[in-house]
This record gives sequence, structure tokens and C-alpha cells, in this order.
Amino acid sequence: MSVLFDILGAVGMWEAMLRIGTPLILGTLGVLLCERVGVLNLGIEGIMTFGAMVGWLTVFSGADLWTGMLVAGLGGAAFGLLHALLTVPLGLSQHVTGLGITLFASSFSYYVFRLAIPTSSQPPTVEPFRPADIPVLSDIPFLGQVLFSQTGPTYLALVLVVVLAWVLYRTPLGLALRMAGENPHALDAQGIDPIRLRIGAIMAGSALMGMGGAFLTLAAFNSFFPTMVQGRGWICVALVVFASWKPARALLGALLFAFFDAFQLRLQTAVEGVPYQLFLMLPYLLSIVALIVMARRARVPQALMQPYRRGER
Amino acid sequence: MTRVLELTGITKRFGALAANEDVSLHLDRGEIVALLGENGAGKTTLMSILFGHYTADSGLVKVEGRELPPGRSRAAIQAGVGMVHQHFALAPNLTVLDNVMTGTERLWSPRSARAAGRAKLVALSERFGLRVDPDALVADLSVGECQRVEILKALYNDARILILDEPTAVLTAQEAEGLFATLRQMTAEGLSLIFISHKLHEVMSASDRVVVLRRGRVVAERRTAETSRAELAELMVGRKVERPARPPATPGKVLLEGVDLSLAGHGGASLHGVSFRLRAGETLGVIGVSGNGQTTLAGLVSGLYPPDAGELLVDGQAVRVFDVPHAIAAGIGRIPEDRNAEGTIGDMSTWENTVLERIWSPRFSRRGMVRRGAARRATEEIIRDYDVRGASVDGRIRLLSGGNMQKLILGRVLDAGPDILVAAQPSRGLDEGAIAGVHERLLEARGRGAGVLLISEDLDEVIGLSDRICAIVGGRLSPAIPADRADARMLGLMMAGDWSAAEQMERADAV
Amino acid sequence: MRFERRDHPSALLTVLAPVGAVLAALLVAGVLIAIAGANPLRAYGLILKGAFGSRLGLSEMLTRATPLILTGLAAAVAFRARLWNIGGEGQFYLGALGVTAFAMVPAVAALPGPVAVVLCLMAGAVAGMVLLLVPLALRLRFGVDEVVTTLLLNFVAVLFVSLMIEGAMKDPLAFGWPQSVPVPDAAVLPKLMARTRLHIGLLIALAMAVLVWWLQARTVFGIRARAAGLNPRAAAFAGVPLGRTLVMVACLSGGLAGLAGAIEVMGVKGYVTTDLSPNYGYSGIVIAMLANLNPLGVIAAAVFSAVMFVGADSMSRALSIPSYIADVTVALSLLTMLVAIFLAQYRIRR
Repeated sequence: MSVLFDILGAVGMWEAMLRIGTPLILGTLGVLLCERVGVLNLGIEGIMTFGAMVGWLTVFSGADLWTGMLVAGLGGAAFGLLHALLTVPLGLSQHVTGLGITLFASSFSYYVFRLAIPTSSQPPTVEPFRPADIPVLSDIPFLGQVLFSQTGPTYLALVLVVVLAWVLYRTPLGLALRMAGENPHALDAQGIDPIRLRIGAIMAGSALMGMGGAFLTLAAFNSFFPTMVQGRGWICVALVVFASWKPARALLGALLFAFFDAFQLRLQTAVEGVPYQLFLMLPYLLSIVALIVMARRARVPQALMQPYRRGER
Repeated sequence: MTRVLELTGITKRFGALAANEDVSLHLDRGEIVALLGENGAGKTTLMSILFGHYTADSGLVKVEGRELPPGRSRAAIQAGVGMVHQHFALAPNLTVLDNVMTGTERLWSPRSARAAGRAKLVALSERFGLRVDPDALVADLSVGECQRVEILKALYNDARILILDEPTAVLTAQEAEGLFATLRQMTAEGLSLIFISHKLHEVMSASDRVVVLRRGRVVAERRTAETSRAELAELMVGRKVERPARPPATPGKVLLEGVDLSLAGHGGASLHGVSFRLRAGETLGVIGVSGNGQTTLAGLVSGLYPPDAGELLVDGQAVRVFDVPHAIAAGIGRIPEDRNAEGTIGDMSTWENTVLERIWSPRFSRRGMVRRGAARRATEEIIRDYDVRGASVDGRIRLLSGGNMQKLILGRVLDAGPDILVAAQPSRGLDEGAIAGVHERLLEARGRGAGVLLISEDLDEVIGLSDRICAIVGGRLSPAIPADRADARMLGLMMAGDWSAAEQMERADAV
Repeated sequence: MRFERRDHPSALLTVLAPVGAVLAALLVAGVLIAIAGANPLRAYGLILKGAFGSRLGLSEMLTRATPLILTGLAAAVAFRARLWNIGGEGQFYLGALGVTAFAMVPAVAALPGPVAVVLCLMAGAVAGMVLLLVPLALRLRFGVDEVVTTLLLNFVAVLFVSLMIEGAMKDPLAFGWPQSVPVPDAAVLPKLMARTRLHIGLLIALAMAVLVWWLQARTVFGIRARAAGLNPRAAAFAGVPLGRTLVMVACLSGGLAGLAGAIEVMGVKGYVTTDLSPNYGYSGIVIAMLANLNPLGVIAAAVFSAVMFVGADSMSRALSIPSYIADVTVALSLLTMLVAIFLAQYRIRR
């Protein structure tokens, strides 16, 4: 029991929760935006990989960290555009196209990385984001250290939750986005082209995914290595279902998830005799449980995975 | 009178098919014009061009004297044209206000003016008597309320010209009357209306002028006051098509009996204590507005699912296993209500579609292996005997026209010689010639002693084919009245849930 | 611009689609090779030479194609019925683990060769099946989309393999390397070509492709599975038992992926590690799509992928182009294939 209290009472645990949660928040918001306009984006795993690679490479070749984030976002948007063109105007299977994007984006990332950085025993590193204390607030005991002593991208992710929620529920654009995912025919009948709106939203969502990937190489770690995304993208897809396609709940889901991840990491070292693999399985199993719990309750966007073609019903 | 809308020389082709050929028509202020035509006559295409969903190959659209740029819905909306779609363009997961306000504000403005939008919507709904709660989810609305939202959407866009595509398709007779009263009131306020229809009676009662479309061309234009139902019918169809007449019935033993059947859910309205009897050699018509439990009743008798309570008796024996093979083996033939979604699998071949529902029978498979030769031969025979045009045994069934697809479905069902025939909406969406063909087959089956359970929303069809008629309302089935004593008024009452006259009739017959 | 569905997709276009797709993918990959400073034509020449130029290369290519045929079939069977089994990778690993665990039973080593081999293959297939039946049950019972669950279970499966080979199934003689005990000789597949790694697993894979073709084209199960995939509502109306059909499809699909893992252990590796599969499960999805879900086409698509993978290894040594170019090309060909199928089915109108 005291082990539990030691873990939960430590500032490090809660601070790690936000750090581990950041790529998940960004990825989940990205998936949420795509699915809100009716398009599943299984390209996320590869887009995050590409973001991680290209963001790192940008910084490694001399640019500053925020430029790295920006390039990762643009790279994500580029792959998002490819996914969008194939699934929206052409209406190809969103499942298979997304997987294709993932396979292409990740192998392309490895290829570019190997070209740029020939094999070496010690992977090169960059100087990652440092925690930026927010004056005054970070001096609050405990809470200040957890919330206001994070890296820049973490603050950005939290701000983006609010921005996305505002856009979706308070602006005409958000209403149009939601309508694109609920009934694109209705949107078209009101004079807004669902195709262009969907493409734009997928690009924006994919940019968030790319930035989520870049967080891994520019803040959480300081180098790039293949398979480092480790299924985080798929977990984001599950989290969106758990979140019922709502930004605030997406934040909650990502943090809950990160909490368990941070917790199991500490439990691993604290508890002897239990194979570490069981702890590592937890995130994936938890995602499945989350899907089961929410499967019948969530209000799925009605046009999710339905390609839109004019004149076809 | 001011001319508010003018279409000149509209032509639109899809491949080899000319959906519209040199169509011209106009609309004056305060007028109601009915656009009359059969399914496939090109009515909806024409209105889609007007509204910018399609681009015409040639022709002009002028609104209040100004030409509309082709292919832009936004321009049509801004010019004051509003469209009320037959399949409502609404999002069930969003509120009424959301649905109405979508696309009405500058897309990139940082904040939506919800309060002003709500005020405008409430004002409009009071002015035109279209009551609806702005904050209700569309999913929770009735069909009639959904239509109000559709109309309000157009009015919210400041529409001065309103186009309604088959507006009464999903309404009860009473609701339809209410709708036309509302439309009249709108013209009094200066709006001008076009409604698309293939129902003669509503065209006669609700329009000022009728434009008849046939095979993509305007074939006639009449002042409603100066024409008649008979003339319009002939203009619409192009020739005199007589639906086959029903010879007197010789009812035999009871083949199918429902006793207090109840069933919740299952992709449609529930059933509550439904009882009926179907005899050999008779047709029992079930009339009702869509969504009152027809789909559930048809599915139950078709073997798709078991009832929660009550019994279904076939030939006096209670059905124990509710699945499709058992239903078919028990002699039940099934014509599904939706040819494309339920009756066929578009990307499978004609022969596969023909034998799939009987593939378990020794005729079409042995030890799990398909007897392709037998299946293809059977299909060839059906194509020939039922005159299925354009079908090849190996071609995909998606390519067939609605009428020919229905012929194939009739063929595969009647080929098995069923004792009981469940025909759900058997002529929905077909043209007059095809309808006559379907009716002939149904009468033929009845003539050779089958019992036909006809489930339909089409009054004329039910009256024309049935020996006895009952109405389905809210999952309950009314007493059945003899067809010779049914008229539109009587059935209208029954469909609205007023069964006193029907009950009296039934009591009188029992004596 | 609009797309209009062709009433009669031309047979020629349908056949040419995969060829055009592969050419388009090679073209794009060629640009990437050129950017890296090598001559693309020379690189492709070296790839072909690596895969076909020697007895060893050819045998390696076919050895590589064997599991790819099976995982490709696994995906093709499932996708036909619109069962989105993305879990081929996990099922492959469980098949490999299953056969190893089964072979640890002392009695197996004592069985006559063919019996032991057949039982072992079945054990692997069953293990793969079980892993797919879980997400299918979740879909049928709770309505959980199987795409994400099968994806997530891939990671769980590999962790489970890791758990077993560092625990109960660890090889005590492996100097601490995390690998399982080897399968006994009785369970090793005979070689097909002397002094190479090519084994009779290739014949099993080819036989499976024919079997799957026959099941789909000639049996009631096949026609029902296709109906269930194309239009579940109409299939149900025609009396197709949807749940039962999907369970059978899942058994077949998971079984094939599990079989791939079992054969890889019994024919090539002899024991299980966590790097047994270079993404065989995911490549299977690409192969199935390249084959347009046709079981016999899967063979050709698997050979194409194997040529790329094996050939790229030798090409990359000669030209110092990262061998990841093979993965890039194969992934690209999936995307170009999707577009090619689309163009064969639709025409473009202004």
C-alpha cells in the first residue's frame, strides 16, 4: 500500500502524466478533427512517425525547436492531403488507404532518416525542449510544478484543446465541420462544399498528428529511432471513441491513459516478480476496454466512413 | 403578374440517357405550380439543376430576371431559391437550430450568432405556423416535424421561391392537408412555389398550374382549373395503361395467422398485439404511412426475426424457428420493400442473386458445394419466363432497371411456388407499365390459390388489389374491412387511427 | 469534375490495374533513389539480379514469399467479407508461439514425422484463430470496431511472445538471448532445395491459395461470405447467417496468419524470437490489396513483394541506398493499386 502512496504522492508522477499525455492529446485531437468531418484516418501511426523524424531532422540540421515542430506539422498536413485526396474526392476505402499511408509514411521516414544519418552505433541527439516555468504560477507547491513547469508543446497542446472545442461548438465553421461528418448532403444543400471542407479538416488534423510525433523526438526523447511511435497512433484512434468525439473528453481520456502509463512505469520498478511485459500490455488492453465501454454509448458521426459524391445517396 | 423564375431550354444527359431535353418552364409570384411526372421522368434532375446540384448541358435559369451561374447552390440560395428535399437533408445528431443555421453565416467569423439565429427561427415558425422546438435533436422529431424543419431552413435563408420534392411522400393524409394549407398561406405572403409530385389528387387540389414531364420533356401545361384527373393521368403516362382488374376471390382455408404478435425495435417501429388472418386465394392489404411498423411486420413474417410475444401460425401450425430457410421451406415467398438495399446485392451476379435465398436447398447445393449449372439454368429460365430485360446470367444485377430488378425478384419468389406471398411495397418507384406487370403477377398468384399479404403505402394499389384491407398505425393493426366498402375517406380515417367505423363493419359482418 | 461508375468495367483495365500500379510505385521510388544519388534503373537491375540472379537469391526470395502468401491470403479472405482483420502480425506471432508450445509436449517429438508436422501446423493455425476470434466476438457482442482492436492486439501478442520466451519457454542454452526452446526435429519441415533455406512450406502456401480460391468460388460458404461483405442487410434478408459466416471467415483468416507463423518457425527459424517477422502481417494487407483480394493473385503479389525485399538487401549493399526503399515501394504500390482499381471502375467526366 505504501508503495502506491509513494508513487501517487510524487510530483514526478503527475508531471510525467502530462508529458506522456502530450503526444496523445495532439494525436487524439487530430483524429477527432478528421472523424468529425466523417473520415477515419488510420494514417496517424505513420504520420506521427514522419513528424517525429522530420521534426528531429530539422532541428538536428540547425533549426530551432519550434521550427522543427512547424515542419513536423507541415509534413503531417502533406500526408493528410494525400489521405484526403484518396478518400474524399475518390472515395477509396478509408481503412485500407489509412493503412497504406501509415506503411508509406513510416517506411519513407526510415528511408529519409537512413539517407541523412548513415548507421552509427550511437544515435545522434539534439538538445530537446526544456521545461519552461510560468512565472508565479509555477511557484505554487505541487500543482505549480505539475501544471506550470512543462515544455512549450505541452502548453500548446492544452491550448489547442480549448481552441478546437471553441471552433467546433461556437463558430459557423465548427457547425459546418460537424455537419460534414453528420450529413454532407445537408451541407451541400446549404451551399458549402463538403469535399473541400473535409480535405481541409483532414490536413489540419494530420498536422496535429505530425506535431504529436515531433514531441516524441524533440521533448520526450532527444533522438529518432524506427518503431518509436509504438502504437500511440492506434491508441489515439481508440481514445477518440472513448471521448465520444468531444475535445474536452479527449483531453480527459489522453490524461487518464497517460496516468496509467506513468503509473505502470513506476510500478514496474517498485513491484518485484511481475514480468514487465504485463505492465507494457496495460495501455493496449486499457484501450480495448475503453472501446468496449463506449462502443454502444458513443454518438458516432453519422457519415463516418461514408464517401460523399454529389447525386449519390 | 411578375415572373420570378424562368427555365429555358434545359438539357441534361447522363451518358446516353437524356434526363432533361429542352425543358422550359416559368413561375409567377404567388403561384403554386405542380411538376407532375412518373418516376424517372426527370423532375428531380430538373430541380437539381435549378438548385445548382447539377450543371445543365445547355439552357438558362433566370431568377427574378437575373441569370443564375450554373452548378452553384450558394448562388441559388442567395437568389432566394430554397429546396425542400424528399429525403430530408438533416443531421439527426444535431439540434433543429444547428440544422437551420448551418452555412448561413460567414464561415470564418470567430463566433456564431446563436441568439439572433434562434430569434429569427422562432419568429419564422410563428409567422408560418410551423411549430418546432429549436433545441430539440432532429433524431427525436417525427417525420412531419422534420419536414417543418426543412421548410424553415429554406425560409431562414430568405427564400422567395420554394421547391418541394415529393413533399407528401411520408405524410399522412391529414398532415398533407395541413402542409398544403401552410403552402397556401405562404403564397399569400408573396412566396412562389413549385412542388414535384406523381400523385394526381394532390396536384388537382393544391396547385394553380400543372406542368407535365414525361421522359425528360415537357409534354403539357395546364391551368389546374381547366384540366381533369383523367387527362393528367394520360398525359403523364403517355398512353392509357390499365392496371389489371381484380376478379372475384374464392377464399379457402386460413394459411397464415398472426395472434397477438408483439415485437420491439428491429430497424423500425414496434408491433403491439397484431392479429390477422390470411386465407388461400385472397389478398389482405395492409395500408399505412411509412414508419408505422410495416417493415417490422414484413420482416417478422419473412423469417428475419422472432416475435417477443404472440404466435405466427402457418397452415395452423405455430412457427417455432424464425429464420429465412424455414420461412421459405414453409412456403412463404418474400418480396422485400427495398429492392436495392434488401432485395439484391448489386455487385453480385444475376444468378447469385437469384439463388442466394435458396442456396441451402438440394437443388442448388450439395454438401456445401454450389451446383452452379443448376443455379444458372434456373436463372436463365426466370429471365425468360418473367421477361427480365437487360439481364445476363453472369452480369452484375446493379445494371438492371428498377422494373426489371423487380421482375427478377418476383421470378425467384414465384418460381418456388409459394403458398403465401408477402409483398412489401411491391411497386414502389416503378413506372405505370411496370406497376401493371407486378399487379398482374400478384393477381396470378392469388388466382392459383396463394394467400397474398400486401403491405403498401399506395392507396390506389391497395384498393385495386386487396379483397380485405386493414390499416397499420403505431404498430397496431386495425380490423379488416371488405375492399368493396373501402374508399379514400374511410381508409384515411383508419390510417389516422379512427377505427370505429371499421369495427362496426367487422361486427356487422360477424353477425 | 465528376466520377461516374462504369457499367461494364473493362476486363483489360482490371488486369492492367496491378501492373500499372506497380509501375507507378516503381516510378516514384525511382525518384527517391535518384535523389539519393544512384541510378534507379541500375538499382532495379540489381534488385532483380539479387532475387533471380542466383540459386541462393531465388531460394531466399521464395522462402520470403512463403509467409507473405499466407498472410496475404489471411487479409484477402477477411476483407472479402468486410472483416477488417489488421491483426495478421499478432496472429502470425501467436501461430509461431503456439506451434513451439505444442512441440514442447514431449509426446510430439516421438510421433512419426508427418503426423507431428500436421499436428504442429494445426496448433499454429488454432492459435492464430483464437487471436482473431476475440476482436470478432467484441464486434458481434458489443459493436466494437475490429480495426483498432486487431491493431492493438498486435502489440499485446508480441509482448506476450516476449513474456513467454523470457519465461516459461525460454531456451536455457541460448546464452541469455531471449529466444524460445527450439522445436524438435520431428516438427521441422523438410527442405525443398538442398543447401538453401527453402522448405516445403512454399508448397503448403500454394495449396492454401488454391484451397481458398475453391472455397470462395465454389462453395456455399464462399458465396455467403461475399454476400455478407457486399451488402449485409440483403444477405440477412436472403437468409445468410451473418454471425456464423463471420466466425467461419475469422477462423480461416486467423488460421492462415497463424499457419504462416508456424511454418516460419518449423521451416526457417526453428524457434521463436520477437523479431521473427519483418512486418509479415502488415505486408499481407498490401499483398491482398495488390491482388485485388483474388487468392491466386496473392501468389503473384507475394512474389513481387519478396523480390523487392530480398533484392533490395543486395542492392543496398552495392549502392548504399537504404534497404527501406523496398518497404517504401511496397507501401506505395498499395496506394497506387487503390487508385488503379478506382480508375478501372470509374470514368472521369468533366
